[in-house]
Amino acid sequence: MKLNGAQILVDCLKSEGVKHIFGYPGGAVLHIYDALDACTTIDHILVRHEQGAVHAADGYARTSGKCGVSLVTSGPGLTNAVTGIATAFTDSIPMVVISGQVPSAVIGSDAFQEVDAVGITRSCVKHNFLVKNANDLAETVKKAFYIATTGRPGPVLIDITKDTTIAEIEYEGYPETIKMRSYQPEMQINNEQVAKAIAIIEKSQKPIIYSGGGSVIGNASEVLTALTRNTGFPITQTLMGLGAYPGTDKQSVGMLGMHGTYEANMAMHDSDCIIAVGARFDDRITGNLEKFCPYAKIIHIDIDPSSVGKVVGVDVSVIGQVNDVLYALIQGLEGKTLPNIDPWWQQINEWRKVDSLAYKTVEGVIKPQTVIEALYEVTNGQAIVTSDVGQHQMWAAQYYPFDKPRRWINSGGLGTMGFGLPAAMGAKLAEPELEVACVTGDGSIQMMLQELSTMLQYHTPVKIISLNNGYLGMVRQWQEFFYEKRYSMSYMDALPDFVKLAESYGHIGIRVEKEEDLKPALIEAFKQKDRTVFLDIITDPNENVFPMIPSGAGHHEMLLAGRDEMASTNDSGLNLV
Amino acid sequence: MRHIISIQLENESGALSRVSGLFSARGFNIESLTVAATNDPTLSRMTIVSVGDDDIIEQIVKQVNKLVDVVKVTDLTATEHVERELLIVKISISNNTQDDVDAQLDHFNAKVIDAAEDAYIVELAGKSQKINDFLAALNADQIIEVSRTGVTGVCQKI
Ligand SMILES: Cc1ncc(C[n+]2csc(CCOP(=O)(O)OP(=O)(O)O)c2C)c(N)n1
Ligand SMILES: [Mg+2]
Repeated sequence: MKLNGAQILVDCLKSEGVKHIFGYPGGAVLHIYDALDACTTIDHILVRHEQGAVHAADGYARTSGKCGVSLVTSGPGLTNAVTGIATAFTDSIPMVVISGQVPSAVIGSDAFQEVDAVGITRSCVKHNFLVKNANDLAETVKKAFYIATTGRPGPVLIDITKDTTIAEIEYEGYPETIKMRSYQPEMQINNEQVAKAIAIIEKSQKPIIYSGGGSVIGNASEVLTALTRNTGFPITQTLMGLGAYPGTDKQSVGMLGMHGTYEANMAMHDSDCIIAVGARFDDRITGNLEKFCPYAKIIHIDIDPSSVGKVVGVDVSVIGQVNDVLYALIQGLEGKTLPNIDPWWQQINEWRKVDSLAYKTVEGVIKPQTVIEALYEVTNGQAIVTSDVGQHQMWAAQYYPFDKPRRWINSGGLGTMGFGLPAAMGAKLAEPELEVACVTGDGSIQMMLQELSTMLQYHTPVKIISLNNGYLGMVRQWQEFFYEKRYSMSYMDALPDFVKLAESYGHIGIRVEKEEDLKPALIEAFKQKDRTVFLDIITDPNENVFPMIPSGAGHHEMLLAGRDEMASTNDSGLNLV
Repeated sequence: MRHIISIQLENESGALSRVSGLFSARGFNIESLTVAATNDPTLSRMTIVSVGDDDIIEQIVKQVNKLVDVVKVTDLTATEHVERELLIVKISISNNTQDDVDAQLDHFNAKVIDAAEDAYIVELAGKSQKINDFLAALNADQIIEVSRTGVTGVCQKI
């Protein structure tokens, strides 16, 4: 069959099972758009900014577990997409980004809308391709999806020259399988390593499971839960891992790290055996490395060998699919009697009594924590919650326990403000039956605001829970603690009227200023099943996120709300930043 | 410690910059880098000399291995291996210095590949240390231009 490159590309995407593409047209991709127009099985979502396209594809991928797809034009289209690509890369999200490129004949001549896409994205993709010949197209697309979705997932860019999309060639169909000698993601678990891990676990008196994003990405929730239940061990989850194990379960000690719970961080610090599952010892998790888990033997389970030993030396590593490794551990532990860890639980329960997430309510102001608790109540803890970046993100993670994986969608690794709204749109498209809430801040929401327009066009009703503190709150918090309250450029003066703004985009806007109006407003918002509702909630401008491990401190040196607010501005704090 | 890392990778445009970009992005150092196609024209071999403690070298090997274009990575220094580097150096000569230079060439077994009235172009292959020694033995102001290929090598076992 004779087809042009653009038609071949669309056929490849169809054959890959792609249902949604998030994109934005331009000269270099017009042939592709023309071919898409004739395709009835793929819905194209026309975003308002390419960064939004990639974040939406990302939210779609995180929610569904499928590969996100986005399509952008050359030059500025591609550069606009880079933040989204880097966001997906840092969190290991499967994604294929297709970008147009100037015709092969003019590559390198500074042609109109030419950028070196492969060069610009090299360090923030799992892999990238430049396609200059229509004959290479089908195989490249196959490779791209294969690479993006296997092993440790990540974004793959396919940069396609315009002439490739125009050229007509004989098309032999989409390849069914692909083999690459340089890329073999399948791996055999090393049983000796499993045995070594079991030997450590068997002796441990103070074990803890530390589970990360890999448990979500690797769909390991069930096996992780089984291991945790079978062993009776406490489990803590990272910001990226929340929900893989039910957050409301009694064996869950909450999130760990910079804004983790007291019990999680203290348990990490005192533990003699840490089972790290799909977690990468990020600096927001470990705090000061010299003070990190001084007594523990560390078992590291990961799909990526380069994660092991990168930050922290470990005692045993088991490389493989998280599911497979956990299953091997469960089997290996079967019939073994583990030491009695009741004393360990007693200790943990003592730490729990500190109640590190307690906060003081004040008459007349809405506490941001209260908003998240109310959101949890109104949605029965069943919503998909996307978030932006800042204090509101931490509060959402702290006060909305997730019982299922792929319900908490946030930019953990890159911390990209602007992620939340387009990600919510992608999440709603992936799970139209579930409620989607986007927890955001007055700063973050303004970074991708234009997507409100896309959300109207494609009818993706989400509830925007904007914690409006009139500040770049997280920046303000650090300035309060570590820069002697010099609030340099953290005050968001001249905020728009978000209610009118939402309305002008065709949505519903509600401003909430009093605590008694909070719940009714939330209930009303979620009653509007088919509408996007923007809740502009005026929250305490001075509230800070606690607990907190200031950078430079160890897990056992947390600052607690109400208790350490003064201590937090001390000298050690200053030189910790 | 100095390590020689041998990388087999797909002979595709951009593969070199993936490796060199990885080194700069992650702050790994490169003392030398050589690359050329092998007997299989679809494969290149790249040889990188890097200095770092064991943890860093382990990370380098793992990170390079992770690159999709890379077929195989070996730390040659961890095994029996042979290594060579080629030097081409332009040396000025005059009546006064000719004998000295000739003596050094003899001593190091370096070969003159082009002789003009006032200059030699000399080649010398060997371990990097030998090349360093040879250059040190020459009088610094006689050396007009130095070009070194960087190290390449193979593992001895089959
Ligand atoms: C694109 C981007 N720019 C800058 C930052 C640094 N940053 C982190 S949190 C934050 C403030 C966020 O303000 P807001 O969205 O109002 O959230 P709040 O902390 O007030 O809840 C900033 C500027 C970032 N994470 N991302
Ligand atoms: Mg704010």
